[in-house]
Amino acid sequence: MSLHQMTIYELHTLLTKKEVSSEEITKSVYKHIEQVETKIKAYITLTKAQALETAQVVDKKIANGEKIAPLSGIPVAIKDNICTKGVQTTCASKILANFVPPYSATVIRKLATQGAIMVGKTNLDEFAMGSSTENSSFHVTSNPWDLTRVPGGSSGGSAAAVAADECIAALGSDTGGSIRQPAALCGMVGMKPTYGEVSRYGLIAFASSLDQIGPFTKDVTDCALMLNAICGHDRLDSTSVQRERRDYTQYLKNDVRGLKIGIPKEYLTQDLDSAVRKIIEEAIDKFTKLGAEVEETSLAYTEYALPTYYLIAPAEASSNLARYEGVRYGYRDMEASDVQDMFVKSRSTGFGDEVKRRIMLGTYVLSSGYYDAYYLKALKVRTLIKQDFDQNFQKYDLLLSPVTPTPAFKFGVKAANPVQMYLQDIFTLAINLAGIPGMTIPAGFANGLPVGLQLLGKHFDEGRLLQAAYTFEQNTEFHRRRPVIN
Amino acid sequence: MINKKDVEHVALLGRLELNEAEKEIYTQQLNDILKYAETLQSLDTADIAPTAHVLPIKNVFREDLVGQHLSNKQVLANAPDTEGNFIKVPKISSQ
Repeated sequence: MSLHQMTIYELHTLLTKKEVSSEEITKSVYKHIEQVETKIKAYITLTKAQALETAQVVDKKIANGEKIAPLSGIPVAIKDNICTKGVQTTCASKILANFVPPYSATVIRKLATQGAIMVGKTNLDEFAMGSSTENSSFHVTSNPWDLTRVPGGSSGGSAAAVAADECIAALGSDTGGSIRQPAALCGMVGMKPTYGEVSRYGLIAFASSLDQIGPFTKDVTDCALMLNAICGHDRLDSTSVQRERRDYTQYLKNDVRGLKIGIPKEYLTQDLDSAVRKIIEEAIDKFTKLGAEVEETSLAYTEYALPTYYLIAPAEASSNLARYEGVRYGYRDMEASDVQDMFVKSRSTGFGDEVKRRIMLGTYVLSSGYYDAYYLKALKVRTLIKQDFDQNFQKYDLLLSPVTPTPAFKFGVKAANPVQMYLQDIFTLAINLAGIPGMTIPAGFANGLPVGLQLLGKHFDEGRLLQAAYTFEQNTEFHRRRPVIN
Repeated sequence: MINKKDVEHVALLGRLELNEAEKEIYTQQLNDILKYAETLQSLDTADIAPTAHVLPIKNVFREDLVGQHLSNKQVLANAPDTEGNFIKVPKISSQ
């Protein structure tokens, strides 16, 4: 096995035993990128020179006998909506094509403290708005399992980079499924932590009450290590929560005996592909055989999650994206006759189609005369959706569901119809509305394409998600399969 | 139902300029999406409080201390046009 194919903890062991250097690992990753990136196109920016410099610093520490952190010397990819000081951060938008942040996001500073190595910035749907990464203003990214299919989105670049071994792990962001859906379509492990568990400082805002940063990894152990590195209170994000620090690796136990798992029946009826259904049913059997108590339950407000989400998220987005006016940063139309004209022309040229559509929708539902009927109504239904989950977690430790209705789809098939594309997220977006943690792990393959399962827990119960995911992983082989890229 | 005039008004509020083809397609697509939203009207929410945020966090205070801040040079580095310590924009009023 080559170095770039390994996991964080495997490489960490090799580094501490001085059997390999971080420079060798980093070079192995970039060499592999040279071979496959023209096919995958996971990255917008590569930061090779900086990466090799950091690797040498880590190697010097190891040579001096210093103790290193679990992520020291490990090449990690970063979604390009997370600010990185001195490194272009574009949101895959023309409006931020030349933006170089003067500061780093808190998660970037935390990774740097551990000595992690940034490989580059990954592709996404513009401003994280999309489910296929086809909305990137720069290029589309291919699914490593089938180059004619999408990697999912919006964090499609991060998911594809991990699946194609173009990095060891990655960070993404999840507003309605943007980590879990691409992780599932690319056969990787992905986690959206509880709202407030990971600082959003430096994450370019899409919908602030829903956005959360989380990891993409090759297995559950790596997920725990990444979560350890990025979680925790941050005074720079007033919505981050002060809690006692936990080591998430303590939950990596092969045991689900007595665990109460609920299966929301509404997630198994709606337009679910038969191959996906079979895989989810097999996973349920597996958990039962391993000693979990599995039972059907109901999330009665499931059908209202999609319309609620598509009122709240665009409303918040229209407000957050008001800041792009061509004055302080970003694209400016230099021909504009006056300042109003400059706002309009800069935004109209700088934003892509889906972003404009959501600004329009959000502005409409917040506008005078429609606020109560749409936005306020959605906030009230959000309460019902959240209560639905709260009630379920009084009875169950976890909920289990599919992540997506189908495996990865072909380029272009859903691009023309926004509602069709939004339906991709039907099983993921209620989780953001409720603010609970959700995790995707590989659960099987349908015609050679990966299918994931989703585990949901109550607020700040990431530990239990990890334990159930780890147990499933220890008793299956799906996470060991890797795509052959050709 | 949203019509083309609504779309033009919303575009003005959002500081977006749409061509005729875009106006047509946004009118249709926004109607499709809002049709989904209509399903919410069937729910009785008279006694339900709205949720803007999922966590019970309120009034997050901190000590008012001087911290490290970006220099003028760093702040201005991304501005499309500057003069001295200022960001330069076209004229504000056309009068």
